Amino acid sequence: MFTIFKRELKSYFIQPTAYAVICIFTFLALFFGMFFGNFLERGDASLTWSFFFWHPWILMLLAPALGMRVWAEEQRTGTIELLGTFPTTIWSAILGKFAAAATVWLLALALTFPMIIAVNTLGDPDNLTIFSGYVGSFLLCCTFLAITCLVSAFTRDQVSCLIISCTICMILVVIGYEQVAMRIRQMFSVAISESILSITAFEHFKPAIQGSIRIEDLIYFLSIIVACLLCTSAILNSKRS
Amino acid sequence: MIEVFNLSKHFGSKSVVKDLSFTVKKGEVLGFLGPNGAGKSTTMRMVTGFISPSSGDAKICDVSVVDHPKQAKSHIGYLPESAPLYDDMTVCDFLKFCAEMRGLKGAAGKEAVGKSIETCFLENVARQSIGTLSKGYRHRTCLAQSLLHDPEVLILDEPTDGLDPNQKHEVRKLIKRLGEDKAILFSTHILEEVDAACSRAVIIDQGSIVADGTPEELREQSGSNSLQDLFRSLTTKETD
Repeated sequence: MFTIFKRELKSYFIQPTAYAVICIFTFLALFFGMFFGNFLERGDASLTWSFFFWHPWILMLLAPALGMRVWAEEQRTGTIELLGTFPTTIWSAILGKFAAAATVWLLALALTFPMIIAVNTLGDPDNLTIFSGYVGSFLLCCTFLAITCLVSAFTRDQVSCLIISCTICMILVVIGYEQVAMRIRQMFSVAISESILSITAFEHFKPAIQGSIRIEDLIYFLSIIVACLLCTSAILNSKRS
Repeated sequence: MIEVFNLSKHFGSKSVVKDLSFTVKKGEVLGFLGPNGAGKSTTMRMVTGFISPSSGDAKICDVSVVDHPKQAKSHIGYLPESAPLYDDMTVCDFLKFCAEMRGLKGAAGKEAVGKSIETCFLENVARQSIGTLSKGYRHRTCLAQSLLHDPEVLILDEPTDGLDPNQKHEVRKLIKRLGEDKAILFSTHILEEVDAACSRAVIIDQGSIVADGTPEELREQSGSNSLQDLFRSLTTKETD
């Protein structure tokens, strides 16, 4: 697994992918925070609404952009045949590739440190709440990456993978917003609307950016990640059976 | 070394490989001949453990590919048909990666990579990015990865495809040399390769073996001392 992790991570940095994703994410996160989030006027030292609030919007587009090649490229070039004949399990490859993409995101999140420096210079923030926000962002990011991994196992076309993954991630984010949630409640019965709303990523992301990492939110994110990776394994195995 | 028992593969209702059985002993180079779509690559993919058979089994050095794939794969060196490679890596890095995947790390890995580069004449391009290589060098790089762990069994799917005549000659010579102490199964539809490299050949058509023997035996079987005539009489033409 570590060999595949190393290869994948190196590959992200040989190609412009990782640089593009990291630069765009850092720029957008800081830009949204400073301008749309009214960082200076709001006086929000926890960064909850001025900074972390925008992450789902950025991540739902950029996480699939980083992860779309994970399996689609292997299938397009045929290198999956090489991987499949090495004396290793498909799980090592899945975990190695997922961990490499997650590491790139960890770096991207870490590079938003100027925001922490700024908020610590200007005020007296609760750094634990900020840390919790970062954990929430990372979990959300890993969730979107796991979804993208699953979609890329189905196809050898990266563009299709990007479009489908972005759409799924967008649905998970958008249905959590107040106006959309209200409309869903009006359209469906209580049981149905609550079931729909319970799958939204934003509802589970919100507590984390407000400083509380709840067990139920951890279970939500981890269960989606594990389920997607298990399904990725099932899809890749079924293609070889 | 390679024992294939009643191997079959169906994709939906289509039967691609039908009840195939053959063996390849140590020191033997078996040419796997057949027209396009005869089932050669599918058979090889099943023998390497990349795809699972619908029925039957293959044993590599007495280890079942179906029951113990990981163990069986460690005895095999495999060159896939299109010689797939990671274009963003250099030849050397790619071989190091493959060596590590085969459990060859540190000094052992370095030595295996060096030997492989030398065997496949890749010294000139060792530091070059794979994406910039010619087809011949790409093929040889992929061949080099199959030799890294000095496997007892080599499975080569059209190893000379896309090579120029000089490169073809070198690869055939290499296969013949490697075949002295390994079991080699290689597919081709170039009949001259049977004489150049094989100690035995099977002809496969529509998923079944239609002829099996040494090049001399097959030539005798043709009636006109021509492998080409035998191939044409036994296999289905695409236009049929």
